[in-house]
Amino acid sequence: MNWGIRTTVSLLAIVAGTLLAIVILFSFERPPLQSVQRGYRGVGMQENYNPRTLEVLAVANKVPGVLPSLGTAGPKAGTVYKNVKLLGGLSVGQFTRLMASITTWVSPKQGCAYCHDTKDMASDALYTKVVARRMIQMVQHVNADWKPHVVETGVTCYTCHRGQPVPANVWFENAGPPHAHGQLETESGMGYASGPAGLTALPYDPYSPFLEKDASIRVQATTALPSGNLQTIKQTEWTYALMMNISQSLGVNCTYCHNSREFGDWKQSTPQRTTAWHGIRMTRDLNNGFMTPLTGTFPPARLGPQGDVAKINCATCHQGVYKPLFGVSMVKTFPELRSVAP
Amino acid sequence: MAEYQNIFNRIQARGPGYPGVPLARGSWPRLGKPLHVHLAGLIGDSQVGPIYFGTVGMASVICGLIAFEIIGLNMFASVNWDPVQFVRQLPWLALEPPAPQYGLHIPPLSQGGWWLVAGFFLTASILLWWWRVYKRATALGLGTHTAWAFAAAIWLYLVLGFIRPLLVGSWSEAVPFGIFPHLDWTAAFSIRYGNLFYNPFHMLSIAFLYGSTVLFAMHAATVLATGRYGADRELEQIADRGTGFERGALFWRWCMGFNATAESIHRWAWWFAVLCPLTGGIGILLTGTVVDNWYLWGVKHDIAPTYPPVFGIVTDPAAGAGQ
Repeated sequence: MNWGIRTTVSLLAIVAGTLLAIVILFSFERPPLQSVQRGYRGVGMQENYNPRTLEVLAVANKVPGVLPSLGTAGPKAGTVYKNVKLLGGLSVGQFTRLMASITTWVSPKQGCAYCHDTKDMASDALYTKVVARRMIQMVQHVNADWKPHVVETGVTCYTCHRGQPVPANVWFENAGPPHAHGQLETESGMGYASGPAGLTALPYDPYSPFLEKDASIRVQATTALPSGNLQTIKQTEWTYALMMNISQSLGVNCTYCHNSREFGDWKQSTPQRTTAWHGIRMTRDLNNGFMTPLTGTFPPARLGPQGDVAKINCATCHQGVYKPLFGVSMVKTFPELRSVAP
Repeated sequence: MAEYQNIFNRIQARGPGYPGVPLARGSWPRLGKPLHVHLAGLIGDSQVGPIYFGTVGMASVICGLIAFEIIGLNMFASVNWDPVQFVRQLPWLALEPPAPQYGLHIPPLSQGGWWLVAGFFLTASILLWWWRVYKRATALGLGTHTAWAFAAAIWLYLVLGFIRPLLVGSWSEAVPFGIFPHLDWTAAFSIRYGNLFYNPFHMLSIAFLYGSTVLFAMHAATVLATGRYGADRELEQIADRGTGFERGALFWRWCMGFNATAESIHRWAWWFAVLCPLTGGIGILLTGTVVDNWYLWGVKHDIAPTYPPVFGIVTDPAAGAGQ
């Protein structure tokens, strides 16, 4: 081999080696990986964890301190304060404790003034106060009526907000990246790197059809031979995208709920699948019952590119963890958040 | 042993370029002067060209280019003609078949029509290329084994993109064009039809696929390993096998009690390769037409074991309430 070819070959090898190293570094997770067997042996139903990422999640999901309860004795908030529509039945002590807690949960930096006109605390002039009142109702509704999903653990403002006025994980209708029009192919809802679906080329807005509208999720045939299941492969791709999203929102794989040899079969599924089934319906209920009706209340700057309100998905509460806040119940000492206010 | 003493070697002999046997009358001329490229010689023959295009070959290339352009321009439009996004998102970009509501009707160009047009030209290109492979083999007086092996692959392609969609009455069931999209489609196909791994023809296809790689490795290794005894030079081996060939045969008889012959190993390899897409195509053809859920089919025919329930009884929360 002459000198020129040697150089060419070594240069090519260096370039290929560098590319390979980049692919390996950015595609694979650094060990150690721990796996926890859940299903019967041999069926591959196991969860995989990396202690390094678990540590990060544990820090991010540390529950803030709880203010001491102040008792139910004394005058009622409804008689002492004006314009208390929801929590008037609480004692002044309970009421101010809840208000102070909400401030640390939702707007620790902005303080009371994020929702209240500090000159007239009773005023509903700020849109945030109107939204906050509705959100308290939503928390009560979740804790009282969605026990099949949240059981006794329940939720508080902190479950989603984590000290931020706008929760980190919300979704808006997504019309997709800019697309040329005319005679060429129009948007098909997929065919881009889909963030919600684990960077596959699956649909990039799996939320609108399933977490707002009531599109059919079930695609698999339930009989061996054809018996009228008209679900298409395209429909399957939408369901697939939703399932990928649930998986990444909870930091679990498919087999957390399903036996992947027959995804549709409930008999081979885990109890978590039932919880998730209720969760999908809960999310749909909250988006339609609480979020969308607030569209007009929010200023335009808070709305999405399609003019719709920020909505809820699995990640809004779960934030990458199989149980929000690793299952710590923050609502235990806030009985007023556990039942719907009269 | 010095490498040049072995006929199978990596030495690049540089003689005058060989243009090939004379062509029949009516053929196009072969194009290009033979050229020796060292880098090509490292992985194959150092002589590059001449190449024969011919009418069929040209028609195939033109049809292929049309399909390539249609797919590429639709993908480019889907990123709003942004070259940076085109490069970034290329593995994700797609040209999707029409939506299910169009069935087998011809949709508007923007609603999947381009997919049909691209599919037509790609199919024309592939079929014309098959015809070219067939014609080039006969022009050289060869058997047409390559063409028929290629036809097996075309069968699988046609089943996926044409025959099965016709049978189930919807273009939407066909494969999208795109790198990741066609892979996502494959996974969705298996999920929709209840796990393709329980499809016995899928099993056969995998067996032939992996079998092909094993046979390929066994054959190639045997030839390379017996080269040091000049097995490749034993051209008279039909009448009188030399020690190289005998050692190769003996090696496999010692290892597994049986050996293929120098002739039959190539039939083994050809059939394994050809049966991979043939059985795969049958498996795809039966999916959604004859069988709707392969896992349940497997349960019915006792090929899917049951496992003890470890999670207690989980029931469908929607049972009795419709969906």
